[in-house]
Formats: sequence, C-alpha cells, structure tokens
Amino acid sequence: MAGQTIVDKIWQSHEILLDPGSGESLLYIDNLFLTDSSSFHAFDLIEKEKLPVRNPKQIFGVPDHFASSKSKKLLDIADPDRIARINDLESNCKKWEIHHFGLDDPRMGITHVVGPEQGITQPGKIVLCGDSHTSTHGGLGALAFGIGGQSGHVLATQCLWQKKLKQIRVTVSGSRQNMVTAKDLALKIVSTLGAGGAFGHIVEYAGEAITALSIEERLTVCNMTIESGGRAGIIAPDQITFDYLLGKDFAPNGRDWENAVKFWKTLQSDPEAEFDREVFIDAGSIEPMVSWGNTAEETLPITAYIPDPFSIEDRDRRESLSNALEYMGLTPGTKMTDIKIDQVFIGSCTNGRIEDLRAAANVLKNHTIKVPALITPGSNLVRKAAEAEGLDRIFIKAGCTWGEAGCSMCVGMNGDIVAPQKRCASTSNRNFVGRQGSGSRTHLMSPAMAAAAAINGRLTDVREL
Amino acid sequence: MEPFVFHRGLAAPIDAINLDTDQILPARFLRKRRSDPEYKTFLFHDLRFDPVGNENQNFTLNQEAFRGATIIVGNSNFGGGSSREAAVFALEAFGIRSVIAPNFGDIFYNNCLKNGLLPIVLTKPETDQLRKTLHQNPGSRIDVDLNEQRVSTDNGITYAFEINDTAKSNLMLGLGQIGLTMMHAQRISEFEARYNAQLYS
Ligand code: SF4
Repeated sequence: MAGQTIVDKIWQSHEILLDPGSGESLLYIDNLFLTDSSSFHAFDLIEKEKLPVRNPKQIFGVPDHFASSKSKKLLDIADPDRIARINDLESNCKKWEIHHFGLDDPRMGITHVVGPEQGITQPGKIVLCGDSHTSTHGGLGALAFGIGGQSGHVLATQCLWQKKLKQIRVTVSGSRQNMVTAKDLALKIVSTLGAGGAFGHIVEYAGEAITALSIEERLTVCNMTIESGGRAGIIAPDQITFDYLLGKDFAPNGRDWENAVKFWKTLQSDPEAEFDREVFIDAGSIEPMVSWGNTAEETLPITAYIPDPFSIEDRDRRESLSNALEYMGLTPGTKMTDIKIDQVFIGSCTNGRIEDLRAAANVLKNHTIKVPALITPGSNLVRKAAEAEGLDRIFIKAGCTWGEAGCSMCVGMNGDIVAPQKRCASTSNRNFVGRQGSGSRTHLMSPAMAAAAAINGRLTDVREL
Repeated sequence: MEPFVFHRGLAAPIDAINLDTDQILPARFLRKRRSDPEYKTFLFHDLRFDPVGNENQNFTLNQEAFRGATIIVGNSNFGGGSSREAAVFALEAFGIRSVIAPNFGDIFYNNCLKNGLLPIVLTKPETDQLRKTLHQNPGSRIDVDLNEQRVSTDNGITYAFEINDTAKSNLMLGLGQIGLTMMHAQRISEFEARYNAQLYS
C-alpha cells in the first residue's frame, strides 16, 4: 500500500461512511467553534428542525467579530444588531450547555487564538468553525477548516459531509534571514502558490524552516492558507507541539497525556506518501514582504517597486492588476518604501498572539509613531500577558491605542474600520476590496513591519530602522 | 425544506458576470436574522437600490415584467467570493427557487442544494441564449424539471442539465442535509462509541 499523508490518516480515523452518489464522506467531528457573526443561523436551523445539540461538550462559543476594541461592556457596543447577536450566542450556549467564553471571560478572544491557547485544538482532531480562517488550527497538527453555513448540521449530528480534498505539500527548506518572520514566510508562500493556486486543496507545510517555527508562528502560516485558495493548512505535530499543549486546560492529562503523545507521534506523512502537488521554497531567499494589491498573492519584498501592468501579456491578468492599482491608488514604478500610510492595525488571528506583540513592541520601544495605530490582542489572556511584560506601556508611550481582544479592524465588523481611500498597514490576512471598510486600502505585513510603518508614516524596511 | 420536483416560474435574466456573494447579500446585512421581515430587500441590495433607497430601474428584478421572478438566469461565476450561506437565504426570502448559470462559486452551489434551491449549470452559449430569449420576451416563464433534468422555455428551447444523484434525490424529497444524515443515525452512534473508546488508549 502506498504511504499515507497526515491528512489521509486523520481522514481515515474520522470517516464513518462514504456516499457513492455524491462522493462525500461522512466525517466525525471532534470540535466545533461558534462565533457571534454567523452561529445564530445554525441555532435557528436546529430550532426549526426541532433537533437538540448532539454533543454540547464538544462545542465552543466565542463572541469575537462584534466585540468592541474599546471596552468589555456589551452596552458600549453602538449597534443593536451586534449586541443582539452576541446575546444570541450567549443564550444559545447557555440553553444547550455549550462552553461559552463570553466578553468578560478571561479566556475570551478570537476563536482561532482561543482554541489553541486553551488546548482545545489538538493534533489529529478535526476542528471546524463557520469562519474560513479556521485553517489556523492546523498549526497544531489538527485538520481544521471553515464550513460556511454547515454549523447547524454539525450541532445536530456532530458530523460533516465532505468530499476528500486534494493535497499539496509546500516544503520550505533552509533558514530564514534575520528579521524575517513567519508572516513574511506565509506571504511568500501565498504569492508563490497564487491567490487561487491551492484552490480546494489541503496544504501540508514541511521542511526545516517550518519545523523550526514556534507554535504561534505555525498558526500564522496555516492561517494564511486560505489566501492561496486552500481549505486547510497543516503541520505535523512534534515535540514543540507537545510542549505547547502540556498543561493546557483542555489538553489531556495524566495517563491520557502519555497515550495522546504516543498517538500524536504517528501523525506524520509517510516517506512514500504521494501529494497531488509539491512546491519547494528556499527560506533564505525570503525578505520582509508587503502586499500592494487586493489579494495576498499581490505581495512583494519591501525592497521592490510597484509593478507595471503594461508589461503583462495576459489580458485578464493585466486588467486585474490595473484595477488593483487603481483601487489601491498606486502608480507603477513607485518604490514600496515611498508609499505613505494613514494608519496601522496590529492584531487578528494571523498576528495577534503574544510573540507578535513582543515583535511589535521591540520595534516601537523608544519611538513615537507618526500615524494612528490600533493594537488589539488576540485574546484576553494575550492582553494580560502583554501587560504583565509591560508591552502595553511601550505601545501607549509610542502613541498607539491599546485595545480589547477581538477581530476588530481585521474585518471591521465591530465598527473599527479604515475610512474610504485611507491606507492601512495591517497584520491581518486579507487585503480584499473593502475588507477593512468600504474603499479601504490594506497593505498586509508582519507586526514588526507594521510597527516600523507606524514610526515612519510610510511603508518601511524594518531592517533599516 | 420545500421539495423541488418541477417548477414553472417567471424568469429574470441578470447579465453581470462574477456576481459574487457580497453583491448578492452585502456584508452589512450578515448580522440580520433570517426571520427579519426585511430580509428579502437585502437581496442584491446595492444593485437594486441607490444610496437613498430608490429602485434602480436598470436592474431586471426591479422591472415590471420581471417582478415576482422565481428563477434567475445569470452569467459566469455566479455566487463566487465569500462563503456566506446567507446569500442563499436572501434568494430564498425573495422567492427564488432556481438559479441557472454557466458556473457557480463552489460553496454557493452547495449552499443552494442544502437549502432547497436548485442551481443549474448550463453551458455559456445556452445561458446566453436563455438570457437573450428572456430579454426579448420579458415576463415569460421557464419550466424546470428536476426529475427529467431539463429546462425549457415556452418558445421551445430545451436544455438538459447534470446534477449528482444524492443531491437530486434530497431535493426531490425535500430532505435537508440533517434529515439525510439522520438516516445514518445508527452508524454514527456506533462509530462514536468506538471512537471515544479508543481515544487516548
Ligand atoms: S481576526 Fe479576521 S480573519 Fe481572524 S477570525 Fe476574526 S475576522 Fe476572521
């Protein structure tokens, strides 16, 4: 028998049956996360069908999209719909006895930060959430993907119908240059694969530049998988993974822990396993990266110049590039570092963890920023840790706004938006048209690069600061 | 879920390509519940209404002849973009039973099936022809026969379409996805018991 990939192994251990009519497998689901922004539809559905939540202990609710960055108080949220949806999540969780990390819970935060932080996400599990960036959890060796509107189905059945996905392996060899972060690596991978390059695939990340990453960095890389069109990203668990999980509230303990580690160690792609595609990247060639367009593929090293659509043969490509330049208000040939910005956002499930905040603080220390900067931690625990280390004081002294945990300006659903035609240096994951607010212009980059941009008021090579 | 076997309905052509889910249901309406009485007005909101709320007469669904349409004939890449299932809820609230297009956003296509709305893939020339016919005969009806997998117009155009067997029988039975899964309840329970027994052992 040919070897199995890590995804094959997880798939096999969760497959209840295969429907020959549709080619879909019925998969058993370990955990489902629910957020304020979409889960109300799921509860409406099971209510309509008069069905109970099958396994409430395997479900977790966290209000993150509508949470205010200004205060923990529900009543400080201006919009009645947002308040209503946060209340819906809380009352639905209470009704069905689902774990709920509410606004004032010390464990609340962005779902994709909370899951790993609490040890709910574990190697070999299948973890789902309505939100596409669920791929983040793959950093711990779980098979995790976004399921759009199927949360109601999972609530009622603890299962999901899913066609087996194709698999790509991205091997990143060598080691990173100084000041090159996991975000730069992720942006490089997306621009190599292309915005639709991994469409409908699961991407396994491997190679020594990947295994050298901390768990938080692995979460960043898997998070960005969506931007290349992939459904899930995954990294084989190793000692770094086990060390990260040991002692976490929802991780196994005692004898269970020993057995779990034994099982987790089997979750590697076999040497003879075959992938539908293999991609190789040399980590040593990667520089700090910044996006300039409206997909994360449209990303270049900070030392580059804005490309000229004129030179592109393919008509569709040329047109989409011109559109992106027009939307972004950029002129071909402009030096990246000459682009002035209006504001900075540091946070999100891509880069809102403690290591990210440390990286930003490291740059901001003893500097004053030139443009407004909002920094929101990925969770209440990250916020607390940052304050214990004094990072909040560095941020505030530099002139930044130190916000409360949540998605905030990554998507602007809580009202933290970038105004039309304003240019934001952002550590989030999407630079789509209107992503941070209608007409907003987003440049994606790492926390260190975003901090450097805040100091200079323009895109900046952090290595030269 | 309302079963879908055969549907005869008023059809409206929408010529735009890449009509993504954000245009079908703009993001700011995502925080509304489906039970909101206004839900049907959110469909194509920014295409149907100008910023002060007046109807845009260039948009077919606003034109007298197409009012009350239950079928949409669209163009390439209908329902691409963000995975929001609520885009389908908005179509449903508006009364749409079937959308015909040369190709659909993957997730959108599946979300339609799950909600009893029939997405039909025809070739680009076929959909172009259908839209042309509808523009020339505004207010005409289309017959959608799921059992026979056939779409026909009153002036004699008939096209066949493909759909996978499982999706077809679920639609015809009006079986929501949960209902379908529940038919396997026994196997799920057995699997779950086995799965839990070997976890961490
Ligand atoms: S931080 Fe951004 S990408 Fe992450 S879950 Fe929130 S909105 Fe989605």
